[in-house]
Amino acid sequence: MSKSQTRVVVTGLGATTPLGGDLPSTWSALLAGESGIRTLEWEGVEGLPVRFAATLKVPPDEVMPRQSLRRLDRNQAIALIAAREAWADAGFAPSPGGKPQKGMEKAGVEGGFVVDLDRVGVVLSSGIGGLHTALNSYDVYREKGWSRVSPFTVPMLMPNGASGHVGIEFGATAGSHALVSACASSGEAVGYAIDMIRAGRADVIVCGGTEACIHPLQMASFGIMRAMSTRNEEPSRASRPYDKNRDGFVLGEGAAVMILESEEHARRRGAKINGYASGAGYSNDAYDIVLPDPSGRGQAKAMQRALADAGLEPADIIHINAHATSTPAGDVAELASIKAGLGEDVARKAVITATKSMTGHLLGGAGALESIFTILALKEGLVPFVANLEDLDDEVDLDIVRDEPRKLPDGPAAALNNSFGFGGHNVSVAFERAI
Amino acid sequence: MAEVATEQQILAGLAEIIDDIVGIDKSEVTPEKNFIDDLDIDSLSMVEIAVAAQDQFGVEIPDDELRNLKTVKDVIDFVQNLQQAPVKS
Repeated sequence: MSKSQTRVVVTGLGATTPLGGDLPSTWSALLAGESGIRTLEWEGVEGLPVRFAATLKVPPDEVMPRQSLRRLDRNQAIALIAAREAWADAGFAPSPGGKPQKGMEKAGVEGGFVVDLDRVGVVLSSGIGGLHTALNSYDVYREKGWSRVSPFTVPMLMPNGASGHVGIEFGATAGSHALVSACASSGEAVGYAIDMIRAGRADVIVCGGTEACIHPLQMASFGIMRAMSTRNEEPSRASRPYDKNRDGFVLGEGAAVMILESEEHARRRGAKINGYASGAGYSNDAYDIVLPDPSGRGQAKAMQRALADAGLEPADIIHINAHATSTPAGDVAELASIKAGLGEDVARKAVITATKSMTGHLLGGAGALESIFTILALKEGLVPFVANLEDLDDEVDLDIVRDEPRKLPDGPAAALNNSFGFGGHNVSVAFERAI
Repeated sequence: MAEVATEQQILAGLAEIIDDIVGIDKSEVTPEKNFIDDLDIDSLSMVEIAVAAQDQFGVEIPDDELRNLKTVKDVIDFVQNLQQAPVKS
């Protein structure tokens, strides 16, 4: 591990997902192998090629007042819900009612420690942004005219809206950023947050990803690409990475947020340390706007660069949360990249899982949610199994967790979380267990 | 055209709109309150409130007038004046 620079720790976690309205319920459902994938019951849904998705277990209107939701796109509302959970989990005092008080420059912390909000930042991504807002507002415009469009339309549809709202919520003034790289977005958010802390620009970063774009247009758009599973009769069995009969990804929605903090800052305030966010590696395929480079060179490079950035050796990696979206080509190509990136021997020893089998694919939320799963797997020594893996693809020759969660050995341990996005973005984030 | 409303009716209607849009309890909405300083309503929410008030009271609130409506009483007076004015042909 790297000793020469600031180390970054994970001190708070939060999520709202198709499996649960918070992280504990999500994690226990994940270990139980439950599915968050459900049949859609929209008017006119029968005309779509795909009629199911991984919708939120607890919709935001069950936990947020209607007045707040008038000015928040769904992706922004759920980002706030996950961010509040993570903030509280890190031991910070709750924000004063969603808006910093005039003159408020410091947030209280349990135990009397005070955080300088000028040293708190936000890096929160959405791959798509406020799709529901854009389309619903256009409907209002066409039906009722321009003067009936909500004055909040622009801040609701902009993809940095969630980052902005979370910054306002906690009064975080070190900086607010929203990296956009499709399904790699929130993996990149975690990497950027690590860099901000290492560079000394912040002590604490609220980082993560959010996505909420399960809309007929999106179902049609991904559907026409033939990218999604069409297992309409069995939604809960549709997302099946590494299974011979997989036929595409399942669109999901949700938000995942973690609190990253310099180790020195976290130890000074006696924070609970869930693990280390050790480093991130990136690459660009520069090959095709949606297809991954079949050589897997870019994916392998991202993993190697993550190890280098984290100061880890390939042999340190005992677990990988794969990108594995349940597409026929993508799942096995990633396994080849893992072998190329880590070397055959190390790749064979790594315990690999694909949690999209239960959560669906959260697009811009995926990297952060799966980073949280990776941290929890290391912390609890338990890797969730791949759901619906009934008939293993003949091309799979690595150690995929099947049937029940797998125990990890005690002691020092590191893991990778991969995310790859349309556009050619590859990101791999490295985490280490706190000993 | 809407019937001419009393001050009490306009206040009650406005309080309902404000509760609906920004979630401020109806009892908080009293004539002397300033929208920004007392009720903490931002400018974009004021636009929403104005649109709803136009629908409810059957009056038009031009943008340059909206800027001058700083308190609850300002809105009540504005609506009453317009409702009592002769109908334009």
